[in-house]
Formats: sequence, C-alpha cells, structure tokens
Amino acid sequence: MGFGDNIFQLGIKELRSLWHDKVLLVFVLFAFSGMIYSVSSSTSMELHNAPIAVVDEDQSPISKRIIQAFYGPYFKAPDLISQRDMDRSMDSGQYTFVIYIPHRFQRDLLAGKQPGIQINIDATRMGQAFIGDNYIQYIISGEINEAIKGYRSEYQLPITLTTHIKFNPNLTSAWFGSVMELMNVITMISIILTGAAVIREREHGTLEHLLVMPITPLQIVSAKIWANGVVILLATILSLLLVIQGLLQVPIHGSIALFLFGVTVHLFATTSLGIFLGTLARTMPQLGLLMILILLPLEMLSGGITPRESMPVLVQDIMQLAPTTHFVSFAQSILYRGAGWDAVWPQFLALLGMGVVFFLVALARFRKSVALG
Amino acid sequence: MSVDSATVVSISGLTHRYGGNPVLSHIDLSFPAGQMVGLIGPDGVGKSTLLALIAGARTLQEGRLEVLDGEMGNRRFRASASPRIAYMPQGLGKNLYPTLSVYENVDFFGRLFGQDRQERRQRIHDLLQSTGLAPFADRPAAKLSGGMKQKLGLCCALIHDPELLILDEPTTGVDPLSRRQFWELIERIRSRQSSMSVLVATAYMEEAENFDWLVAMDDGQVLGSGTPSELKQATGQETLNEVFIALLPEQKRQQHQRLVVPPRQPVKGEPAISASGLTKRFGDFTAVDHVSLEIERGEIFGFLGSNGCGKTTTMKMLTGLLPPTEGEGKLFGRQVDARDMATRNRVGYMSQAFSLYSELTVQQNLELHARLFHLPEGGIKSRIDELTQRFKLENYRHNLPGDLPLGIRQRLSLAVAVVHRPEMLILDEPTSGVDPVARDGFWQLLVQLSREEAVTIFISTHFMDEATRCDRISLMHAGRVLASDTPAGLCRARGVDSLEQAFIGYLEEATASSSANTRQAPVSATNTDRRPLQPPSRFSLQRLFAYAHRETLELLRDPIRLTFALLGSVILMFILGYGITLDVEDLRFASLDLDQTPQSRDYIEHIAGSRYFIRQPDITDTAALERRMANGELSLAIEIPPGFGRQLKRNRNPDIAVWIDGAMPFRAETIYGYIQGSHLAYLTDLSLRTYGITPSLLPADIESRYRYNQDFKSLDAMVPAVIPLLLVFIPAILMALGVVREKELGSITNLYVTPVTRLEFLIGKQLPYILVSMISFIGLVGLAVFVLGVPLKGSLAALSLAALLYVTATTGLGLLMSAFTQTQIAALAGTSVLTLMIAINFCGLIHPVSSMEGAGAIIGQLFPTTYFLEASRGAFTKALGFSSLSQHLLPLAAFIPVLTIASVLSLRKQDR
Repeated sequence: MGFGDNIFQLGIKELRSLWHDKVLLVFVLFAFSGMIYSVSSSTSMELHNAPIAVVDEDQSPISKRIIQAFYGPYFKAPDLISQRDMDRSMDSGQYTFVIYIPHRFQRDLLAGKQPGIQINIDATRMGQAFIGDNYIQYIISGEINEAIKGYRSEYQLPITLTTHIKFNPNLTSAWFGSVMELMNVITMISIILTGAAVIREREHGTLEHLLVMPITPLQIVSAKIWANGVVILLATILSLLLVIQGLLQVPIHGSIALFLFGVTVHLFATTSLGIFLGTLARTMPQLGLLMILILLPLEMLSGGITPRESMPVLVQDIMQLAPTTHFVSFAQSILYRGAGWDAVWPQFLALLGMGVVFFLVALARFRKSVALG
Repeated sequence: MSVDSATVVSISGLTHRYGGNPVLSHIDLSFPAGQMVGLIGPDGVGKSTLLALIAGARTLQEGRLEVLDGEMGNRRFRASASPRIAYMPQGLGKNLYPTLSVYENVDFFGRLFGQDRQERRQRIHDLLQSTGLAPFADRPAAKLSGGMKQKLGLCCALIHDPELLILDEPTTGVDPLSRRQFWELIERIRSRQSSMSVLVATAYMEEAENFDWLVAMDDGQVLGSGTPSELKQATGQETLNEVFIALLPEQKRQQHQRLVVPPRQPVKGEPAISASGLTKRFGDFTAVDHVSLEIERGEIFGFLGSNGCGKTTTMKMLTGLLPPTEGEGKLFGRQVDARDMATRNRVGYMSQAFSLYSELTVQQNLELHARLFHLPEGGIKSRIDELTQRFKLENYRHNLPGDLPLGIRQRLSLAVAVVHRPEMLILDEPTSGVDPVARDGFWQLLVQLSREEAVTIFISTHFMDEATRCDRISLMHAGRVLASDTPAGLCRARGVDSLEQAFIGYLEEATASSSANTRQAPVSATNTDRRPLQPPSRFSLQRLFAYAHRETLELLRDPIRLTFALLGSVILMFILGYGITLDVEDLRFASLDLDQTPQSRDYIEHIAGSRYFIRQPDITDTAALERRMANGELSLAIEIPPGFGRQLKRNRNPDIAVWIDGAMPFRAETIYGYIQGSHLAYLTDLSLRTYGITPSLLPADIESRYRYNQDFKSLDAMVPAVIPLLLVFIPAILMALGVVREKELGSITNLYVTPVTRLEFLIGKQLPYILVSMISFIGLVGLAVFVLGVPLKGSLAALSLAALLYVTATTGLGLLMSAFTQTQIAALAGTSVLTLMIAINFCGLIHPVSSMEGAGAIIGQLFPTTYFLEASRGAFTKALGFSSLSQHLLPLAAFIPVLTIASVLSLRKQDR
C-alpha cells in the first residue's frame, strides 16, 4: 500500500502547486480555449478569401461575366488591374492569382477560334495555388459554357464522375484546424508543465529533499505524470465539449471515450518526455531552447499541418518515433472517420511503447540529474 | 560638497511596503559623514531595504530621504549622484558576472563610469594590487572563494572613487580569516580617504564592535543608535549581542533564555555516521578531499567553514544525494545507498535553502511529510499537534511558508525533518540568516532532541557561537578537514581563547603556502586627486558598448547555449525544409470494381498510372470500403458500377463514383483536383484511341502559369519560409532571458545604481544577439543555397538588410518579454507560446495573411514575421531586387522603435 500511497500523496501536492500558480493556470486555460478558437476561426487551409485580380483587356460582356463569377468565401472580390501592374503586384505578394483575359476574347470565342485565357499563379503559396487553380478553371469553364449556350453545341462527357467527400462533406477547415490545434496544445502544455516542474523543484531544492526521504524516483516521476496528466485530460475534455463541439460547432463522429483513452496514453508518453527533458537541461534557458528544438518538429511534421504521406520517406520514418504522429493519426481516425478500437490499437500500442521508453530513460537520469546539481 | 556637513544621509518619516506589508515604518535617522556606520539586526528586518533605498536601487515610497545633500526622490538628482555612490548588494558576488574574469568585471564597471582605457588600466592595477587579487586577474568570478568574491565586489565598487560606500552584509558566509582581511582592507582605504562615508549592514555582532556608529534595527524599526560604547552604556550590557537583545521589545525578549547545553551521556554502540576518505571531484575541481570522520550516537557534531568549502557536498554524499568519487560513508554501520529505504526512514534532513513547498500551508507541509513517511493515519493528527505545539507553530498552521519570518520557517523545516522521529538529523546551515533570538530558540530544540531523545545531530554552520555549542566540530577549508576536536580542545591546541582565533590560526597555516606572496600593498594614492564631478551625460555610447561588450563575453563563455542556438537552427532548417511539404503525393487509393470488364480495368489502370496515386489491393465490397477509409488506409476509393463497360460501349454515359477522405480538407481539395484532371485526361485519351481525334472540351484554352516556382517544388517554397521562422524563435528565446535573468540573479542592481540608462542597457544587451542572429542568418542562407540547392534569385543585399531589421525586431520582442516579466519561466513560456503560435499560424507560412479574417488577420499584420516572410520569398523565388523589396523594409523598420520604447517603458530604473 505504501508505494501507491506515496504516489498519490505526491500527486496531490503537485495539484496543489498547480492550483497555487494562478498565472500558469490562466495561461493553460487560454491555450485550451482562446488559442484553439482563434487559430481555427481565423485561418483556413482550403481556399478562402484568396486574393485575386483580373487584367481585362477585352472589356466584353463575357469577360465581365467571368469577373463577376468570383466571390466569397473562396475568393475576394477581384481587383481590376492593368497589364503593367500585373508583375509588380504579384511580386509584392498582393495577389495569389491574376487572370489575364486578352483583347478580342469574346469575338474569337464566338467565332470558334479557341482563344486563350491565362491564369497567373503565385506558386510560392503552395497551400492555395493548386486548389485555387482548379477552382478558377472550373468557374471560368462554367461561365464560358453558360455564355455560349445556344451559340454552339455543348460537349457531353462520355463518363460522369460523381465525387463524394467522406467525413467532412463541405470540407470545413475549422473542423480540422480546431482538433489539430487541440493536439498541439495538449502536446505543448504537457511537455512544458512536467519539464518545468522538474527544473523548478530542483531549483528550489525540494527535489533533493524528497530524495533523502524513503521515496523512490519512480514514485516522484509517477506522481508528476498522473497529476499533470489528469489536469490536461480535464482541460481536454472541457475544450472538446465546450470549445470544439460547443463554440465551433464541429461534429464529432467517433467515440469520445475512445479518443480520451488515446489522449491518456499520449499524455503518458509526452509527460514522460517532458520529465526526460527536465532532467536533460541544467537551467531554464537550456530547457527553453531544448523545448523549441523538440516541439517544433513534433508539431510541424506530425501530419497535423501537412499530409504525412507526402513527406520524404526519411522524415516519415523518423517521425514514426514521435508520439505526435500516432496521436494525430488516431485522433483523425476516431474523431472524423468514426473509427473504432480495431482501427486504432496499433497507434495506442506505439504510444504506450514510447511512453515506457521515455519513462524508463527519465527515471534512469533522474537521480543523476539531481547529483549534478 | 557634502563632506563638510555633519551628515551624509538624513531620513525622516520613511516608510516602505512590499505588497501592503510595511518592511520599514516611520524611520527617522541621520548618519554622520566620514564615518563607518553599521546597521545591525537579523535578516528580514529592513536593513537591506534601507540600504537599497539610500543607494537609489529602490523607489522611495513615503517619507524624505536626503543623501549627499540631495533628494533621492528626485530623478535628476539621482542621476547626478550615482557616480558619487557605490553599492554592493547582499549575497556573495551578487552584482558580479560569474563567467567574466576578475579583470573584466572591474573593467566593466570602469566603462560604465566613463573612464578611458588608460585610466581604467591604472585604477584596476592599483585596486587589484591592494586587494591581493592581482595574481587572479584572469580567473572567472564564479571560481573565486567567497572572500575573494567580496574583495572583487569591493574593487568594482571603488573603481569610481565614491563618496559614499554602501555594503550590505559584505562578510556573511565568508571564512573568518577572509573576513578579517576584508575589514583590514576597508580600514586601509578609509585611512587614505578619510572623507569617504561607509555604510555597512551586518549580522555579525563581533564585527560591529569596531564600527564608529551603530543603528540597531528590528521589525522595520530603529531600536537605538549611537556609538557602540554609548549603546552598551545605555543598556548596561557588555557585548553587542546582549545589547541587541536588551533593546528588543519586552515581548520578544521574553522568548529568549540563555542557552545551556547539558553534558552528553556517551551512548555505546557503533558510530551513527562514519566516513573514510570521502572525496568528490567535479571535473578537475576537487570539492571534497579525503574527508574522514566518525560521529557517535546522540552527539551534536558541527561542521564549521565558509561557503563553498565542501560542507554541503560532504553532507550530500552522506545522505546518498551525491555518489562519492572515492571513499565511503556509512550510516548506522551500513554503507550509504541511495536505494536503501530502511535507513532513510531513520534520517531527517534539512537542506541549506528552505526546501519545503512554498505553495502548501504549514499544516499541509507537515501532513504531506507525515504521510510520505507512512505514519499511521490515526497518529498523524496527534503527531502534528504535538509538533506544532513544541515548535511553536500553532498560530501559523494555515499560513504559507513564504509569508512567515525566516526563523519560523526554519522551525517548520526542523519540524518536518523530525516528523517521523528519526534517529539522526543532518542539518545543512539551518540557521544562516536567522536572528540571534530565533537562533537560540532553534538550538534549544536541537539540544532537547540530542540530550533527551539521543538523536544524533550533524550540523554545518558558519557561526562561531553555534560551533562552540557542539560536542565536537570539524574545521573545513577548501574541501579538507583542517582539524577535528571538541571546541575547547581546538582552542587548547592552538593556545588561544576563542574558537574564531583558533580557526584563523588553522586557516593561516593551511593557506600560508598559497597566499604568502600576496602581500597587500597600500591603497594607491590616485584616490586622493579627485576629479571634478560632473553629472553623467544623458546618453553615452561608451556605456552602451560596455554592456554590449560584457554580454558578448558572457555569450562566448557559454558555448553550450551558443552552439545550441546556431546548430539548432541548422538542424531545424533541415528537418522543416524537407519535412513541411505542401506537395500532395503518394496518395493511397484502391478500387471497387463491380464491373470487371476490360473497360473498367482500363480506367483503373489509368488512375494507377498517375504519379500522385499509389494503388492498394482491390476493395472487395462496400463494407470493406467503409472500413478501409475509416482507419485512414485509403485516401481515395473508386467504385465502378456493374454494367460500366457495356454502357460505355453503347454511349450510355455511365457513372463512376469516387470517395475522398475529407478529414484533412486541404488534402481532400487537392485530391479532388487530381482526380478531375485524371478523369479528363482519360477521356481525351479514350477519344483519341477510339475516334482518332482530340475532343475540344471547352471552346477556349485556359492556361495556368505557375510563377516563381514552376516545378512546384516544396523545398523551394518552404526554405524561404523556414528561415523567417527560425529567425524569430531562436533569437527571441535567446534574448528573452537576457534581462529577466539579471533580475533573478541580482546583477540588475548595476542598472539601478550606476549612471547607465535603460536605453543604453537594453540596446547594449541586444547588440550581441543581433550579431549572433545575423551569423545564423548567413549560415541559413548558405545552407539553403549550397546544401539544399534552393537558388537565391533576387538581391542578397536587400535580403540581408531586411534580415538585419527583422532580427533586430525579433530580439526586440524577446527583450520586451524579458523586461516585462519577473521570472525566467514566465519569460520563456510567454515568448515560446507567442512566437510559436503567431508565427506559424498568422504570418502567411501556409495561408496568406490576406486570406485571414478577424483577430488572426490583425495579429498577422502586427507581427514582423509577416513582412520578412514576403521579403524572403521575394528574394529567393521571385528574383526581386532592392526596389521591389523596399516595401517590406519600412514596416520591418517600424517595429524597432516601437518595441524598444515599449521595453524601456516596461523596465524600471529602480526596484520597487
């Protein structure tokens, strides 16, 4: 009984410490609410408000018709610019797309001369470029077909392609962004809380104090993990129910219980990682740099921001060792695709394995890091 | 000049509060000029606050304070007076820079006071000679002994010939020999420069005996003042210690009773603690050098020595906190083993600093420890009641330890240490900083434990009077035990009356070989030709560069941080440059072919031939389709209905259904585009094969021109975007600790009391980090062009200028955080969250700022990364020159004054 009892007592102490640090609490609360809300409500991955301009040399009814076909939410109302301004405005990044409608476009079109229309795309904005190109082609061809109805016979496609988008039929990006931001917050906060808790206890000498009592590092580490884990799990539940489902109106397909179970496994891995970093860094400044070095790839390359299968194989392989990769993977499966236990257990297992490894390494380093002073 | 007037400081009605609690209340005092004035009293009674106020380090809250004939409340006067005052704050080497050498430290202060190179060299030479530090000029301050640190602090204080020298507990924690040397030095300086007034706070009453004039303080109030003999006469006591106790208010005095240590009854059995040849080395530094000792059960054994002599390290080895390099230690006859839980149950430990949880109340702390030691649940309450009564903690049960006076906190620490009734107590300097009355009370408890309960007590201290109370003591110096015996035995062995003299004797013997040659030359006469004083200029490049120079030295002395910063950005550049990709490729798809005709297979083959898609084993039925899409295995599924081939041949316009995984909207949109394109391409191909003609699907040609990155290569697009990210995270984090670290470590005092202005201080500190960031920038561009093969098509000069403005802004951001926050962790958390969140989400890394809405759009426009990202993309991929890039330079430049002014406003020139 003594073993588990110590872990419980130390964990309660950890909770009291957290409760005492009100500034930290406010910060954690903000991360789980305001941060998720603002990130998912103001940015978008799919085409949204894309800045577009048209160089209309034709000034014909059809060119006007094409211009009027671009409107929100996909595009901003197009600016009309002259050909002279085209390069300059694209150079400065003012527009992602500039459509060039040449002189006599309408006349040639109606005469069946197959005139050209040009879309200039700023390919450095890779997120919008390709998708926007498709949309613009679709819109222009639609307008042209509509405009010449009655003048020329239409071409009927021999095979019809019916597209269904599963899981997020309207491709609302807030659905994706909010949950992904939640995962980033879970990872970041769990690492910061436990890493800083170790350094703080060492700086205040309380860790030393514990280590001369009949308490093992195993108990200290386990206590930090469960206490911080519980706080974050609680914040996750609130965030999921109130912010994501409530405020942002994101429908969740799968089992929330299964997801939370996965979050718990993930938290075991990240809190252990945080403690490991806390034993690695000697001072707070070092912990800061270390955290940036670890968190940045962890968040950017997990598949939560850009698709994983398109990354170089080497990066994909390395990121197999990152807890976030598996986290993002099972979270997408459960929350969007409604996947069940049979689909996500490999990820759970991987996370558990990583957690055990981080945990053991942190444990091994724990006493040593105190000895180093 | 004030030298002629009789007083150097006059105070009336001075009150000072921290968070509503007065630390000084209604002080009326005046200090005679040209004398050595001592403030005596325990820690936490307001001595340090009073000295800091006089030095101008703290803001005056209430009352009048005149120093050197001027009002310290007046900002202009303070600025002009700072070169005439020198202040050495409490703590060993608190205002020194540990990584800088002795010479560099003094040199830095010389620069702050506007001395030219020639003058500085001359003065430093004189000061180091006269303090005996000359042989150690190149040694880093961190590696000096406590006594030497204090001498160095004195050199730094004296470099500018102050009229008023303020020393806050300069000898606390210093060994008695160094202490004596320190006061001799001060005497010599004063004999040369009789007009100088010296103001000293001390907790050592013996030292105060030699001062000209004394002020006794307690609880923020003045108990009495006068010459030592006047005070003794007035109270009718013989020693200052007794004088002080006599001056205390009635109620406090009653708590005090003369401490008597009854003789010890020897206990048979093996020793409680034994150590043989215990040695600890940290690198090439030997902290503890073959220490052997034996402590009997029930004995009070003392370790006497200065800070850093190895007392703490020895104790840590005996508790199992530190593994010894050599030798062994035994507790109760068993070898010290970190995993030996049974032994730990028999030992109580109290570390040097207060190490209980300051966020738990007294009661909660006691309960936590009682539970951790597994006291039976039923017995916990009674044990805690007993302890709180015995240690007089009843009134503080629900207070947080941080709100309690030091003496009470120490009692709590002891109560916690004995909560499980240990047979042995290891106490590391438990009473440092505690006032005499509280110290006696504390010892009363120790004596009880030892004599009545036969608890073995191993205690370290640097107070002589405490050492004399021990049964036996060991004198420690520089990691070695000089002598061990009973206090009386040690005195006898050296043939002296007091333990202090005995210790000095042993110290002189031990250090004779090493320091005999540092004969101390008289303090040079340069101090007498005082330069005419002029108020310092309002802005001085020299002071600014003094800080820049110093910060650079510190940065160079911390190679771990530097390489971390430079190497870290290179590593991240690789990982992120390659890793963040917006190409959507290698998408897994599978088909559910319900037709199984050559036509249907032909269609699927065509899709599989696309470079974007990778074919997976065929789907067998609709349930499998659902399942394989749900677990994320397939991003795309194609369903060809029965009869497809037949309908196609008959021109009956058959239908094909595709399913796209919409979990990641961006990817889904792209897949949608690909499949549409593939579909059209198939139809064109089909028409060509069947009819031999290319059908015109549209009466016009729509031509898409992908500009700047024709191949649509992710690396070329991402690398120019990763550089701005790395140049915000790392410079901001590096800088974020710059100021707040000085706040936590104490050297911020130099900003408070020297003529340096906030602007000089901030810009001076920022310059080296701008330089480091620019080196990092050059490295990153080099890496991009030569290693990653991303061409830089535009103007390098313009990009570099933009980078310079950008890193000035990003370091400025860290600086603002640092000036604003009070703790390192807050600065760290704030900076990382702000920069990570804003730079990744709102600055156009993935979605252009112009596409954002609401708060995000505004935040994006108010963050420098947005502008540098455009500049970087412009220069790398758009081949832009100076004129085109200049539009981004202006907003970048605008951040700099805004951030700098905000930092200046957030930083205080005086402490609260």
